[in-house]
Amino acid sequence: MNTTNEKTPVLQVEGLNKYFGGLRAVNDFNIVIHEGDLAGLIGPNGAGKTTIFNQITGIYLPTSGTIKFYGINLVGFEPHEITRTGIGRTFQNIRLFNNLTVLDNVRIAFHAQCGYGLFDSISSSPKFDRRENEIVEQAQELLEIMKLSRFQNEIARNLPYGEQRRVEIARALACGPRLLLLDEPAAGMNPKEISQLMELIHFVREKFKLTVLLIEHQMRLVMGICEHITVVDFGEVIARGNPKEIQDNPKVVEAYLGKGA
Amino acid sequence: MNLSILFSIVKIIAVIAYLYGLFWVMGVKVKPITIKEKKVDLSLAVNSLGVIVAFGIIQLALTKFGGVQILNNFDSGLLYQACTMTMVALGLNLIYGFNGQFSLGKWGFYGIGAYAAADVTYRWTNGDSAGLVVLGIGVILAGVVIWAIGKFTSNLRRMPVLSSFTLYLIGVIAAGYVALMAGKVIAPLINPALGTNLIPGPLAQGIWLQVVFFLAVIFAGAFAAIVSFLFGLPVLSLGSDYFGIATLGFTIVIYTLMVNTDTLLPFPEMRGGRGMIGIPKLTTWFWAFFFMVLVIIIMRNILRSSHGRSIISVREDETAARSMGIDVAGTKLLSFVIGSFFAGLGGGVYAHYIGFLSPGAFDFLVGFNPLIIIVFGGLGSMTGTITASFGWIFFLEGLLREVLGKISPEAPSWRYVLYPLTLLVLMLVRPQGLLGTVEWGFLKRAVIPMRKEKADEGEKA
Repeated sequence: MNTTNEKTPVLQVEGLNKYFGGLRAVNDFNIVIHEGDLAGLIGPNGAGKTTIFNQITGIYLPTSGTIKFYGINLVGFEPHEITRTGIGRTFQNIRLFNNLTVLDNVRIAFHAQCGYGLFDSISSSPKFDRRENEIVEQAQELLEIMKLSRFQNEIARNLPYGEQRRVEIARALACGPRLLLLDEPAAGMNPKEISQLMELIHFVREKFKLTVLLIEHQMRLVMGICEHITVVDFGEVIARGNPKEIQDNPKVVEAYLGKGA
Repeated sequence: MNLSILFSIVKIIAVIAYLYGLFWVMGVKVKPITIKEKKVDLSLAVNSLGVIVAFGIIQLALTKFGGVQILNNFDSGLLYQACTMTMVALGLNLIYGFNGQFSLGKWGFYGIGAYAAADVTYRWTNGDSAGLVVLGIGVILAGVVIWAIGKFTSNLRRMPVLSSFTLYLIGVIAAGYVALMAGKVIAPLINPALGTNLIPGPLAQGIWLQVVFFLAVIFAGAFAAIVSFLFGLPVLSLGSDYFGIATLGFTIVIYTLMVNTDTLLPFPEMRGGRGMIGIPKLTTWFWAFFFMVLVIIIMRNILRSSHGRSIISVREDETAARSMGIDVAGTKLLSFVIGSFFAGLGGGVYAHYIGFLSPGAFDFLVGFNPLIIIVFGGLGSMTGTITASFGWIFFLEGLLREVLGKISPEAPSWRYVLYPLTLLVLMLVRPQGLLGTVEWGFLKRAVIPMRKEKADEGEKA
């Protein structure tokens, strides 16, 4: 419709509400993310950020509101269907498949694209062999990009914390997403690791032509890489804008530091 | 030490060594050789040959040569029991060890498979082909119906489990009805060729009887799978522990139905609580070995595929699995149905070995045996399960019975005191089970080597 070269909206969330019994976790949340954006979602602890993520990825069913991904309303989709439409995510508290190898962790995420049926795998048909080899190739490529190649046969649980985070991102990328949701990717990282992570996010966004939405507490990371920031507090949006505007916004300062700060 | 006891111990060690050899030979890789400038991969041929040799070794030991028989009838009975137990335990390990859903229901499906297969061959040898025709057509039709409904409902979003369950139930009942009607038409056409129990007709002996036995066992497994599908669909949405209790209930329901097969169910030949007699003893070492290897190969091939990885990922972390695009409910159902199929196969083989089915053998208390076996062998280890199944049968039913029998005729009952103690000690010393998650030979899931060359190239560039 629009003749100008405005970017297409990837994610449009309108009037999103979530009640846990009497608790209003998310109240009338709106956000629009355009193709290629690197957007941030910040707010104090318990502001409802992860709840918003869980509703976008279908783990919680919204009480009301619409979530449109490239124009498709995702409300009512099962989480695995949402992933298959092209939304990959990582978790706040790392959720790797702990007892499996790093390579298996990534290979599992290829399941939706595995392209062979149960009978192919039982009879180990040529199709099965070909696709399995391709999946291994792709998974190893991803691990190489994430600088995890030397860990590929390690059990995921035994990896250092920072590497586990990277495996999570690799796994999310293996789902073939167009939108990547990162839930506190820098939690527990030291400044050096955060710098590496920032580079990584930039690199991944360019390489896979992704749109990224991330939740983060580390202001250095958010202010460093995000182009648009949305601030939520008690489930409501209190500010939007670019990093500069957010830093100067009195409401944001109040939410983080309290009144009179 | 008594010589026969020593002999028994040697036998157990030989069996374990035999299993190891079997897995090794099934998985051995041969370098491709060049014939007329064409690379030929002989691995499959070598593996098949190895399996045939493995079959032949025991077959030879079972055969009498001039009055000498290495494995007597008692031992062959142990072997058959071990094979059926392996099938059931592998099925249970798939759902509990690999998929993480605590299930006590496998024993019920084992019973279903046993009774279904036994009924088919019993009727067949008594001049009635209706059993095979109805079960065969019913199972195939029901499978097609389930597949079609699955295709149809996959387009509907967030369909309540109970509504899709109702659809499936109606579909399966309709398929069963059609099969019954078809049986009424087709069975009389075949019946004249069957003869009677005393004078078997051409179709009730020799190779045809073997074919019927094979079909009976396969259909019985498929029947158990369909029942488990209908049962698992609503019940698998429960959390793990609640699911376990529900499956326990299922086993009790099946037990009660078995006690009342002649009163509640229209199967007078199963004779209810008195036990079904006259089942043709068709299980030979060939069939026991064939079905066991079939189960092992199917399960191993599933586990190393993407479907297997998704099954394991559900055990590891359901939420993460969901977010990786894995249909958690479907995966649980898949592993439950496949596990029940294995249990049903095991039941069919067992029924034709023992020749007599009593509901007491399918009581839920006995049903804890496979559970103990898989915990003993290691949850999530196929090798552990198979070894533990063989060890269980040969140790408990073979060695301990023999050793204790030397002391006094009543002493063998003491083995039910000794094995829990062994179990206690093992759980204290090795809580992950005998083998943990270690796999041998063929059962090893492919370990992918690092791509060294490519990494080096990357550095150069």
